[in-house]
Amino acid sequence: MKEAVHISGIPSPGPDLQELLVQVARGDQDAFTQVYDQVSGPVLGLVRSVLRDPAQSEEVAQEVLVEVWRTAPRFQPSRGSAMNWVLTLAHHRAVDRVRSAQAAAVREHKAALLDRTPDFDEVSEQVETRLEREQVRRCLRTLSEIQRESVTLAYYRGLTYREVGELLSVPLGTIKTRLRDGLIRLRDCLGVNA
Amino acid sequence: MSTAELHTLTGAYALHALPEDERLSFERHLGACEACAQEVRELSATAARLGLAVSATAPGAMRARVLREITTVRQEPPSHGRISRAGAARGRAGRWTTYALAACVAAAAALGGVAVWQNQLAQDARQEARQAREHNTQLSRVLAAPDARTVSAALEGGARGTVVVSQSENRAVFAASGLARPPGGKVYQLWFDDGGTMRSAGLVEASDTDEAVLMDGPVDRASGMGITVEPAGGSARPTTQPLGLMGFPAA
Repeated sequence: MKEAVHISGIPSPGPDLQELLVQVARGDQDAFTQVYDQVSGPVLGLVRSVLRDPAQSEEVAQEVLVEVWRTAPRFQPSRGSAMNWVLTLAHHRAVDRVRSAQAAAVREHKAALLDRTPDFDEVSEQVETRLEREQVRRCLRTLSEIQRESVTLAYYRGLTYREVGELLSVPLGTIKTRLRDGLIRLRDCLGVNA
Repeated sequence: MSTAELHTLTGAYALHALPEDERLSFERHLGACEACAQEVRELSATAARLGLAVSATAPGAMRARVLREITTVRQEPPSHGRISRAGAARGRAGRWTTYALAACVAAAAALGGVAVWQNQLAQDARQEARQAREHNTQLSRVLAAPDARTVSAALEGGARGTVVVSQSENRAVFAASGLARPPGGKVYQLWFDDGGTMRSAGLVEASDTDEAVLMDGPVDRASGMGITVEPAGGSARPTTQPLGLMGFPAA
């Protein structure tokens, strides 16, 4: 039996998570327990960064984790890392929740939103997480200010590019380009291969 | 939306920052554009790193709840498809395919490689696009050719023409935006310019003025192309002043 590794600092925590998901797809509940132990922290942290509200975040994170179980048969290891798959799912669900419930409120709290940088202080202090966080933070610093603001508002706040453009008073075409350029620079800085 | 603009949406898409309608459009684009799908995959993996960086510690009670809940949740079969969404999109698939392919040309040259993308919707869209263009594989081969070169020019009447030429395929694809329907009893005819002699490259159906069309016949030594308005059925030689002439870019 493999040991459940806590959050790994690399995008794909090795073959284990992928392999475990394949077992989960066959209905293996023990394998799911191990998957849970690897992904629940990242899932909750991400959902919380978007939703803020702790109770709501936990609720959505829980939905995401059950969805991982339910849709595991659709995961195809050849198409990308398991962690990426799970976090993409988590981000989607968090963003769906923001868009359905908070769209109006978000626009009203323009100023408050702009003040919020990702809440790096609330998160767990495991070594791997800290290293990952440091690296991401370092790479975020290599972005231009508008790239960084656009990317973090879109990702961590779950805003559409139109909302980002409105908040930053920047034309929509520019925002689209900045989101892409910003992510490309991040990709290169983080050495992401996909 | 112009083709260049479409491609810049990879970032917004990877961040889930597209409103619903634009997301669906872009997924259709992705389905036909493997290079774009590859970029989306990389940017989406990058976005996931932003997610990992804010990892938290989940409370023990949540673990118990989730592990209990899954025992009552049925798993989906592996081949789960989203038929309704794909069906709804079908009406415009052909049109999107050609736009999307044209948008891809530059990216394909720059990135290359085989795209793999986890998103089931993108898979659906890609399959849909593949079906839509089965009858049109040669057109897509030109657009996807590594040596595809693109040139654009303004046409008479405010339209814009774009031609994609591949020497290796020895074929060319023409597309126009904002091209009005031809006057009654007339058609648009395309021509290869063989050193000043115009060789017919087929007609553009009135219904296809906003589609990409594969020009009839090989490029061979043609140095450019033109488009004219001709009587229905076309002409052996141009009978009117061209709406536009475009020189082919050097390979």
